[in-house]
Amino acid sequence: MKKDIVIAGVGGQGILTVAAAIGLAAMEEGYSIKQSEVHGMSQRGGAVISHLRISDKEIYSDLIPEGTADLILGVEPMEAVRYLSFLKSDGWLITNSKPFINIPDYPEHEKLLSFINFLPHSIIVDAEDIAKKIKAPKSSNIVMVGAASPFLDIKKENLEKAIELLFKSKGENIVKSNIEALNAGLEAVSHKV
Amino acid sequence: MKKLLLLGDETIAQGAIDGGISGIYAYPGTPSTEIMEYVQRSKTAKEENIHRTWSTNEKTAMEAALGMSYAGKRAVVCMKHVGLNVAADPFMNSAITGVNGGLVIVVADDPSMHSSQNEQDSRYYGKFAQIPFFEPSNQQEAYDITREAFRLSEKFNVPVLIRITTRLAHSRYAVQLSEREAQNETSFPQNPKQFILLPSIARNRYKSLLNHQNDFLQAAENSKYNKYIEGEDKSLGIVASGIAFNYLLENYPGGKCPHPVVKISQYPLPKNLLKKLYDETEELLVLEEGYPFIEEQINGLFNYGKPVHGRLDGHLPRDGELNPNLVAKALKINYRQGFDSPDFIANRPPELCPGCGHIDVYNALNEAIKDYGNERVLSDIGCYTLGALPPFNSISSCVDMGASITMAKGVADAGIFPAVAVIGDSTFMHSGITGLIDAVNDNSPITIIILDNSAVAMTGGQPTSGEGRIAEICKAAGVNPEHIRKFVPLRKNHNQMVEVLREELNYKDVSVVIAERECVRVLQRNKKLKKQIVKN
Repeated sequence: MKKDIVIAGVGGQGILTVAAAIGLAAMEEGYSIKQSEVHGMSQRGGAVISHLRISDKEIYSDLIPEGTADLILGVEPMEAVRYLSFLKSDGWLITNSKPFINIPDYPEHEKLLSFINFLPHSIIVDAEDIAKKIKAPKSSNIVMVGAASPFLDIKKENLEKAIELLFKSKGENIVKSNIEALNAGLEAVSHKV
Repeated sequence: MKKLLLLGDETIAQGAIDGGISGIYAYPGTPSTEIMEYVQRSKTAKEENIHRTWSTNEKTAMEAALGMSYAGKRAVVCMKHVGLNVAADPFMNSAITGVNGGLVIVVADDPSMHSSQNEQDSRYYGKFAQIPFFEPSNQQEAYDITREAFRLSEKFNVPVLIRITTRLAHSRYAVQLSEREAQNETSFPQNPKQFILLPSIARNRYKSLLNHQNDFLQAAENSKYNKYIEGEDKSLGIVASGIAFNYLLENYPGGKCPHPVVKISQYPLPKNLLKKLYDETEELLVLEEGYPFIEEQINGLFNYGKPVHGRLDGHLPRDGELNPNLVAKALKINYRQGFDSPDFIANRPPELCPGCGHIDVYNALNEAIKDYGNERVLSDIGCYTLGALPPFNSISSCVDMGASITMAKGVADAGIFPAVAVIGDSTFMHSGITGLIDAVNDNSPITIIILDNSAVAMTGGQPTSGEGRIAEICKAAGVNPEHIRKFVPLRKNHNQMVEVLREELNYKDVSVVIAERECVRVLQRNKKLKKQIVKN
């Protein structure tokens, strides 16, 4: 078993929480993980990426080699596309559709989405809309974890356990709404898998 | 013993706690910040009463750690690579004094300059000081090596340096812990003159350091962190240090490299291991993160021997960090290209947070200085350095901690009036005060804008050493109290801010303008914490 996942977004969107949720669930499953993060200057509204490597064998590099990622998980669509050089030929790109526009030259939204749709294996999810609908507007990142979950080879109960672990300190309600977000994300892609 | 999922930085922190430290000293700096933060969160550190508050700068941190070592206890001091420039004086001299309790210096380098002004390689400092130093290749080694570094420090009576780089510092892995050691009892050095570096004593101390060089070398030759790994294909021998070793193994299924490899994580360079590789193979390839430190030493000046490939001959880029693909290319291994990104993808540089007070200051400054131009605005290291980018384009320099004030002084000395320095409160405390005293002594006509957001914001909002005392400190340094002005940087205060700045720009001596408003991120975080406390 080997899953190399590039998680992409903008500083402040909860990329590290996405990585931690999947990473903890993978460990619960008994796999090894390595997870590299970006701290520092880029976290101020800049492009942020995390490399998450899951395997049942020893993992050497902290960075995923180009052309080998099984999955690009985007919390923001342009950021997901930025790291396409990492994706292997039969890998999946799964991304939130909602753009985060804090630069003047952000590409046309339609053009961006149609480019993503044109990739051999891609899924676009309106995570913010889904999060709003279940009244958990801050959990769109966890909606994306749910949307990616069919591609992870990790049991859903272990993802739920990881979410509980991550949000425990914030109270029971926050745990509950994030587990709801996970399920809503999974639901949103179930007809596409 | 249990396993913990930890960042590279955190494994070092845990290694130091388990290694029986009595104190950790540091100033925040990416990618080293999380070492101190981990110790501050640690239950064991609290129970053991380990000293764990931030220092004002890396020099004061290094000296306090040396003092703790003098008193017989183990101490660790942590910083980013450029921080060691600030701490270089005590660092270099600590190699001469030697230690009493174990002393370990952890330096986190930032190749590719993700969050830094340069990508200097701290291994040169280790060689410069002629002390033993380590370069762990993974998180487990980072933990084990931290433990080992304290033992080695006390065994040879010398400070020991650990060099890590960004990707190890900020990558998580499950690390196996080992039994914790007890803290040392306090004790003064056996030789009462050990720490008195008067020339007559220093010469002896230096000789003693030189006499130990062979011991350091033997320790590296026999270190379990340095390895000769056999390989059948001797057309090439590979030297791989630190995390470059992982990038090498990544390129072979099951990590089985067909060529002989020398893996290096402990210095000085193990000559015998390298000699064996050189003799047994036809060519060498050196893989190292940072400068061509090993490559240069193997090459010597003229490289009359076998070909040695690496960063110097173009097999690898001369600058920037390595990755598995760059190493594959150097090994002439084909790797799969992924998809091409479309060319409409735009860059997304970091920016000031919405609601940040720096935005209001830059808007006011740009208006106040319109007639003079922003070339005369010198600045410094922090979030506010982002004021160099559009839409602000407010500042014209960022060099090193505190340089805004002293460079503005130099600009004024050169005959330009007005000259402006823009500096954050924590940077001012770190290295700005001495420059202010220079300016006061020379009656330099400069205006110093201190952005006081009560936090070391860029590194995550750590507390600052000058909390609430900036104006008092400026007054004590000799600034005329009438020209120490304050305002609250908010959009509604724009006109008032412009007016204050205009008045002080026209003043022909040192003036200080303090923009006082808490960092919005810290404010949000504290609000959240309060909410949680109420809920729980």
